[in-house]
Amino acid sequence: MRIERPDPAILARKNKRLAVASFGFVAFMVGVSFAAVPLYDLFCRVTGFGGTPMIGQAAPAAPGEATITVRFNANTQPNLPWQFAAETRAMTLRVGEEGLAFYTARNTADRPVTGISTYNVTPEIVGRYFHKTACFCFEEQTLEPGQRADMPLTFWVDPRIAEDPATRDIRTITVNYTFFRSLHDAERAGALANAGPHVGPQGGARTTTTR
Amino acid sequence: MAYAADAHGHDDHKPNFVNRWLFSTNHKDIGTLYIIFSLFAALVGVGLSFLMRLELQSPGLQIFADGQMWNAYVSAHGLIMVFFVIMPALIGGFGNWFVPIMIGAPDMAFPRLNNISFWLLVPAFLLLGGSLFVGGGAGAGWTIYPPLSDSTYQPGPAMDMALFALHLAGASSILGAANFITTIFNMRAPGMTLHKMPLFVWSMLVTAFLLLLAVPVLGGAITMLITDRNFGTAFFDPAGGGDPVLFQHLFWFFGHPEVYIMILPAFGIVSHVISTFSRKPVFGYLGMAYAMVAIGVVGFVVWAHHMYTSGIDVDTRAYFMAATMVIAVPTGIKIFSWIATMWGGSIKMDTPMLFSVGFIFLFTVGGVTGVVLANAGITQILHNTYYVVAHFHYVLSLGAVFGIYAGIYYWIGKMSGRQYPERLGKIHFWLTFVGVNLTFFPMHFLGNQGMPRRYPDYPDAMTGWNMVASVGSYIAIASFLFFFYVMWVTLRRGEQAAPNYWGEGATTLEWQVSSPPPFHTFDELPRIR
Repeated sequence: MRIERPDPAILARKNKRLAVASFGFVAFMVGVSFAAVPLYDLFCRVTGFGGTPMIGQAAPAAPGEATITVRFNANTQPNLPWQFAAETRAMTLRVGEEGLAFYTARNTADRPVTGISTYNVTPEIVGRYFHKTACFCFEEQTLEPGQRADMPLTFWVDPRIAEDPATRDIRTITVNYTFFRSLHDAERAGALANAGPHVGPQGGARTTTTR
Repeated sequence: MAYAADAHGHDDHKPNFVNRWLFSTNHKDIGTLYIIFSLFAALVGVGLSFLMRLELQSPGLQIFADGQMWNAYVSAHGLIMVFFVIMPALIGGFGNWFVPIMIGAPDMAFPRLNNISFWLLVPAFLLLGGSLFVGGGAGAGWTIYPPLSDSTYQPGPAMDMALFALHLAGASSILGAANFITTIFNMRAPGMTLHKMPLFVWSMLVTAFLLLLAVPVLGGAITMLITDRNFGTAFFDPAGGGDPVLFQHLFWFFGHPEVYIMILPAFGIVSHVISTFSRKPVFGYLGMAYAMVAIGVVGFVVWAHHMYTSGIDVDTRAYFMAATMVIAVPTGIKIFSWIATMWGGSIKMDTPMLFSVGFIFLFTVGGVTGVVLANAGITQILHNTYYVVAHFHYVLSLGAVFGIYAGIYYWIGKMSGRQYPERLGKIHFWLTFVGVNLTFFPMHFLGNQGMPRRYPDYPDAMTGWNMVASVGSYIAIASFLFFFYVMWVTLRRGEQAAPNYWGEGATTLEWQVSSPPPFHTFDELPRIR
């Protein structure tokens, strides 16, 4: 008995179908990798992953019993010509109580500069219990030459932090900000034209350092 | 190349040289091209490692100008070895040569696509090699993490050249993977069911799926990197709302499956060799096949074990730690099945078998250090030390490369029609075995002492083991050159090989055709038993 190979035309059609499916799958995976950008951000904001604070909920009417110390930390990226520091070093408040703290920033450059800050809290696990109701970090901030500004934030700590076995030992939360020069501002200042985007201390000093 | 041309002394029609080797659509010719390309790229990759070991032989800076130059060489070494040596040899080379033959197909499903896959690699390799000589080179490691790989720290076109090289190599792999999947699913001879397929074909099938899932994610990540560098986007730049850790997630979602992409085909080859030289069918065939499937599946959910120190929280680390250790189970099934295959077999220790047994031993050593590194707590200390370097060189430089050598010695008679000289093969094995172990075993000690990766210098206290590693690498490099001599002797003076020169242990379909096989195999259907 001789076994015949399948008809070449049918085989070619089957092959084509499978190849198209394979490349469709590749396109899907490329799509998924780009979808990861907003999804990753969303995931952090929803779960408080990596110390991402919760935003927008109002504090409960009655605060709880436990107290917690909140410390304030400030960082500045070298290419942002600002002096940025915490006005309030630390404060102790009850859980569920709304706190108000101030940072201060001064523009040391001779032109207006726009910055934006990233933020998180440590220990990272408390991200889901740390709520910000208002913060200078939600928007870009522009300072005129030499201008000094107070930057407020209001926040509260969810009373459930004292019940969660993973967080009930925590007595101190550190709130952290890192101010960056906004990309548009770096572009306006000519840093892009000099040495690529958002580069170097104050506008293109890196052009000479190739290594 | 000449050997293949005059070795095919059969009466079938062959195209002229240009048509045959530049526009080749024949799976065997493309496989040969891949293997030659891989050996050439290996010369470059090994040359880079020679310079690295010369530098590290003693403390202080000897031959490298500065850290950036060092980083550029280290990065090129890693990327060349991964994308232009191991993958072309195992997937493009042996895969193209033997997958169609083993399943009784006349060729790959898309022969012309196959040709494109190969020729995409050549410009990719030239771009990557060229990046070393442009500006300060692309010195961001093979992991190309931003911010080190962004335009602040790697200005100039070198980094862009390397990224584009990865794009081309990735496209080549994806095309190849789609081709393998189609071939294996649609082109099997009647009677060759999935559960009768040789294990090498199984390994290529799983590898092709991993490529199809993983490589597009790398493509996406490096596209974002390129636009961040050149077009003002901020996917990974916090100043524009991006996050550099996102790149690490994307990279390792590709990067971890990638290490299985490199090792699974070697698993397949070793299974065939062990079975042939023990004169027994492989122990637990289905377990072996599905262990590879399991490794492939679980390999996609363990990526963050490369990122234990990136600030992920303790519960996440606990999950990734447990998931990582689970991979030891299917891997263990494979190791035990190989040993059980040998158990009670009539074992013949020819060169391919020596390399396969060597593979089992070295891969197990690398696997054990892998389980050590899977522990998030221990990795806080060992992260980015030479312990990690030792680990992945044991599984890749020793594991995958031994798989390639085993494959070459196993099949060189089939591919070229001439058998290698056994004595020279054995000398090559022992030189390589001693050399690579001397090179990489001391790196465990250096890592435990805290010597970090990616530095051209180290404290005086670490001189001793670095010297040993350098001497070992010189032996390994000498053995690599000796391998070229063995191949030269084989192709010039090797004995004419019979169709089945390994005897009754070799049962797969490639042993039913002549050595070398006719230009067109299986125009008539083979009988599958």
